[in-house]
Amino acid sequence: MSGVDEVFARCRAEGRGALVGYLPAGYPTVDEGVALLTAMSEGGCDLLEVGVPYSDPVMDGPTIQAAADLALSNGFRLKAVFETVSRVSAAGGACVVMTYFNPVLKYGVERFAADLAAAGGLGMITPDLIPDEADEWLVASEKHGLSRTFLVAPSSTEQRIASTAAASSGFVYATSVMGVTGARDSVNSAAGDIVARTRPHTSLPIGVGLGVRNGEQAAEIAGFADAVIVGSAFVTAAAEGGPEGVRALAQDLAAGVARAGLPPT
Amino acid sequence: MSSSSTVQASQGIETPSGHEPDEHGHFGRYGGRWVPEALVAALDELETAYEKARHDPEFLTELDRLHRDYTGRPSPLTDVPKLSQHAGGARILLKREDLNHTGSHKINNVLGQALLTKRMGKKRVIAETGAGQHGVATATACALLDLECVVYMGEVDTRRQALNVARMRLLGATVIPVKTGSRTLKDAINEALRDWVTNVDSTHYLLGTVAGPHPFPQLVRDFHRIIGLEAREQVLARCGRLPTAIAACVGGGSNAIGIFHAFLDDPGVRLVGFEPGGDGIETGRHGATLSAGSPGALHGAMSYLLQDEDGQTAESYSISAGLDYPGVGPEHSLLKDLGRAEYQPVTDAEAMDAFALLCRTEGIIPAIESAHAVAGALRLGKELGPDAVILVSLSGRGDKDVDTAAKWFGMIGSDESAESADGTAIAEGVVREPAGSFADAGSETEGIQA
Repeated sequence: MSGVDEVFARCRAEGRGALVGYLPAGYPTVDEGVALLTAMSEGGCDLLEVGVPYSDPVMDGPTIQAAADLALSNGFRLKAVFETVSRVSAAGGACVVMTYFNPVLKYGVERFAADLAAAGGLGMITPDLIPDEADEWLVASEKHGLSRTFLVAPSSTEQRIASTAAASSGFVYATSVMGVTGARDSVNSAAGDIVARTRPHTSLPIGVGLGVRNGEQAAEIAGFADAVIVGSAFVTAAAEGGPEGVRALAQDLAAGVARAGLPPT
Repeated sequence: MSSSSTVQASQGIETPSGHEPDEHGHFGRYGGRWVPEALVAALDELETAYEKARHDPEFLTELDRLHRDYTGRPSPLTDVPKLSQHAGGARILLKREDLNHTGSHKINNVLGQALLTKRMGKKRVIAETGAGQHGVATATACALLDLECVVYMGEVDTRRQALNVARMRLLGATVIPVKTGSRTLKDAINEALRDWVTNVDSTHYLLGTVAGPHPFPQLVRDFHRIIGLEAREQVLARCGRLPTAIAACVGGGSNAIGIFHAFLDDPGVRLVGFEPGGDGIETGRHGATLSAGSPGALHGAMSYLLQDEDGQTAESYSISAGLDYPGVGPEHSLLKDLGRAEYQPVTDAEAMDAFALLCRTEGIIPAIESAHAVAGALRLGKELGPDAVILVSLSGRGDKDVDTAAKWFGMIGSDESAESADGTAIAEGVVREPAGSFADAGSETEGIQA
């Protein structure tokens, strides 16, 4: 059982889904990023997605783009992601890394996996890597006991949902809307559809992301998904309220997730 | 056989080249699909539509009709004997893609993809553009075929290519200046990809070069194969032999792959791509991806790219907006590794010297992009000597670059340049006597800096 499996098992035992929070490493600096991620964990995030700031984040909207730009202009270097994971894990957080794949390719897929595992990281989410191109990562993740989360989308065919879910471990990430990241006012009805279409193809937990910003939306999503994934709203909360801001948001979201109970599977 | 060529544009897509990627779009280790899952369905749809269209006589006939009656194909082959005197006496022949409707080779691909868009039932087209040539061609095709057109263009490029912004708007396109990152072509592609992920059901991304995820590198290449197919026939008819070498500029690499492809199986023909050397490779300010980059994934494909040791994309630089890109098409990466093609940098200064020389000796104002190929041909001619025949892809015309060139050669002050998108500033600016290298062009070609 991987670390991510244990996180989901613990949530299930508590009769609820999981809250997953995203923040780029090094935002706004490495030390402050560690403090923010730790506060998110303490506030109720069951799993942390530690983002890797990247020069060309084509899946991200303006909020996360700006955060990545700030981290990079403050001198973020790739190795700091391992330091961040290590320090946040030591403080009790459960971390996976979410990254565009070129930094991993450049670092070396096997070397990245080894260093991530050594830092206490539990897995990786790869938004611009499809299983078709992932041979090296499939091998390295098995070797180092890391979970592999690939994404499914509303545009995915049944066949692709099946093959993507089969290549995944830990959990499957369902993008609820077509589009880039960013907080939205309402939860798109496509979210329920993509979870329902994915369910028959996997026994893994299914997380839903893209657009969630408050406890009410979190409760709505937790009604049908196993994990509620929140990104841009945490970035905004960090910019506006620092560690206390993200802690308060995590508490609000966690309450929403707990309120919803377990989704029917 | 006359010099006007009997090859039809459809031949490049109907007849496989014999150099196809594998079923997943890989050229050796390069290419493929390094994309979000959300785009896979649209890429599959495009691949299916293309495979169907390339064997559909109706599609092929329509493409040929448009290229004959609208683009003006075949494009001529021009002997440039006075330029040749500056190239060690080697015979230089220009493949005149600059004479196509809209002023560059870009129309070859755009008409093909616009017809595919109609067949896929999509009504909205988005495109990225650097110099504006691909944007203008896309806006043109969308006007012709009643498609909504949105063009993403880096804010820096909207200024240095203001005339093309005005052209696109005249043609009914919406031009969106991109203000993220380096505000050039790379960032325009990022924004186009974000749009596409969001609107993929209704929208076709009409990618303008042989980069991006499969099937773009293959289908864009095939639509441009006509350049080389025509040129091969024209050179044989004119010279009774194949060229010694071919010179083409390489940004993303679409005109280069288009002209190279017909000669891939002619081992005696040297294929040389000229990359933007900017201020010189040693300065770090350049866009010479194949000369100075390393393999990685950017914008949907594995290929050479300019990146730092953390895999962050490096900023490219070139005087030429159309070549100012830190990536390159995956098939070029394979051709480099195989040694079948070679790639050399040409600096801004070398390109502008060649630009001036072609203007003065032959009465042809090239695009600054294409001036890199002309500079390369001068270099090759001196190396290969008077028996050589060098075929140059003159991929575009230089009307759009008059402002940049006038500044480079000191004909107008930088404070008089076109900052607005209306293209009037040059006419209103105080035109000065040409200074420096432009006045000297034709008598001297070596290393003149403005």
